Amino acid sequence: MNWIAIGVTFKLAALTAMALVVIGLPIAYWVSFSRWRWKFLIESVVALPLVLPPTVLGFYILVAIGPHSPFGRLYTDIVGHPLPFTFEGLLIASVLYSLPFAVQPFAAAFDQVDHRLIETSWTLGVSRFGTFFRLILPMSVAGVVTGFVLSFAHTLGEFGVVLMVGGNIEGVTRTVSIDIYDEVQALNYAGAAKTALFLLALSYLILLAVYAMNRKVWAVWPQK
Amino acid sequence: MAAEIIVNMTKSFPGRLVLEARFGLSIDPPAILILFGPSGSGKTTILRCLAGLERPERGLIRFGAETWFDGQLGIHATPQVRRLGCMFQDYALFPTETVAGNVAYGLAGLPPNEREARVEEALTLLQLQGVEAMKPAQLSGGQQQRVALARAIARRPQLLLLDEPLSALDTPTRARVRGELRHLLKQLAIPSVVVTHDWGEALALGDQMAVIGDGKVLQVGTPQAIFNRPKDADVARIVGIETALEGRVRESVEGLVTVEVAGVTLHALAEDGVGPDVFVCIRAEDVVLAPGSAGTTSARNQLQGRVVDISSMGALVKIGLDCGFPLSAIVTRSAVEDLRLSRDMPVTASMKAGAVHLVPRRDATPSPHDS
Repeated sequence: MNWIAIGVTFKLAALTAMALVVIGLPIAYWVSFSRWRWKFLIESVVALPLVLPPTVLGFYILVAIGPHSPFGRLYTDIVGHPLPFTFEGLLIASVLYSLPFAVQPFAAAFDQVDHRLIETSWTLGVSRFGTFFRLILPMSVAGVVTGFVLSFAHTLGEFGVVLMVGGNIEGVTRTVSIDIYDEVQALNYAGAAKTALFLLALSYLILLAVYAMNRKVWAVWPQK
Repeated sequence: MAAEIIVNMTKSFPGRLVLEARFGLSIDPPAILILFGPSGSGKTTILRCLAGLERPERGLIRFGAETWFDGQLGIHATPQVRRLGCMFQDYALFPTETVAGNVAYGLAGLPPNEREARVEEALTLLQLQGVEAMKPAQLSGGQQQRVALARAIARRPQLLLLDEPLSALDTPTRARVRGELRHLLKQLAIPSVVVTHDWGEALALGDQMAVIGDGKVLQVGTPQAIFNRPKDADVARIVGIETALEGRVRESVEGLVTVEVAGVTLHALAEDGVGPDVFVCIRAEDVVLAPGSAGTTSARNQLQGRVVDISSMGALVKIGLDCGFPLSAIVTRSAVEDLRLSRDMPVTASMKAGAVHLVPRRDATPSPHDS
């Protein structure tokens, strides 16, 4: 097994999932609580990665972070090298690719919080910001963990976007799924099988944890 | 000018109703206002506008010197700055917090030792010692109600807003808690607005009462005055009770209470939490009339009186009687014809003991039960 690729993959998945908690929570809050009439426009954009072919998404990200885009130029000016085919570029792509896997469970959990509890918190003098951290977030722990784990698992298995944006650089952007593809190309079926089984078992265990946690009877605290 | 709350606002719900509320309430001395009306009449929306959770379209809401809402100037104070104590119908206790956590929730701005003292004080006042560490789901309905109230008063609000505070309780608990709440509100001396559709709560808790129907304030006055003298047929229909008299309990034997009203003795069924001073409430529908003096019936109360007023209310007729105290009866038009009821005619009014309801009187000294 290619332990270097496994290491890169885990680092990427963990950082992606953590970034998505930071980025996804405000987006989910807005999606859940905004009463803006055109909200569905943004919701659809967030959900796009669910249905878009990864190569299409990867292509647009590659163009957007490439040296010819304003963002790409700015990044090159500041950091000194362009974003594509680096770990950072891959991280940005992964975050966008897994966005719905974080935002949707977060928003679904926020939707479950009884609005009367939120209003009660306001009448007790607690700001909207404070209400989010002291009431909404603690009541949404299961949803937040689900979003974290799902985006982690989703990043573990991504292929198309990684290939488009990250390339295939050993120790930098070569992830497990690309490693498997390479092994098969090299007709090393035994190596591919080992890595594939590892990924399968891991994905299954992660989903097992998510479903077990979302079972009402095992909820973190007693629900009414 | 004495400090008071002034509400004069309009809010419309397209296709449903237009809410127009206009009333005042004294802050100093603190008074308790009852918003009384059927469900859907708009009373909860008025409360939510006071809380800042809903924004009226036009008008003014002032609390003493503070302007909470001004449609013209575009002022709308957030709920956070209004220093409120709110208690909603189903209590809205935070399920992730313990009882103590719920009570301390609004006190985050205080230093820890003061916060603890406030929590302790509120828990003691509402007799919640011993359940501090429990989660709301583990409590009984009555305990949850007290936690919600403790949380509302812990931050020493300048205005208490209670939406149907007792409606989630079962009937026996409600009668007892009503007495406790009355005692507590008196002790706290915080101006309060209480939404209810229960006349017992209105009489027991209210200094003032505003009757709300179809989004309009129909009548404002003391609960007793409104129950006895509803302004028109709409108010009479909403309040549903036409006689509320001051009485004094004489004796209580085996669940049957003897109460004296203006020198006349009435029998009623005993209710929990009722002291010696009571309101005696009789629904006009429960009063049965017979010409002259009737024979023996199963009804425990038989009063000799005479007809002083006959007024039509559609298919029904409201008969005003003088039985030593004013009493109203509602009968059908055909009954008026059959009995040949006319002014000054002597009649016997009877009602069962169960139809005579006793409600504790606010200005009375608390009975040993609720102290």
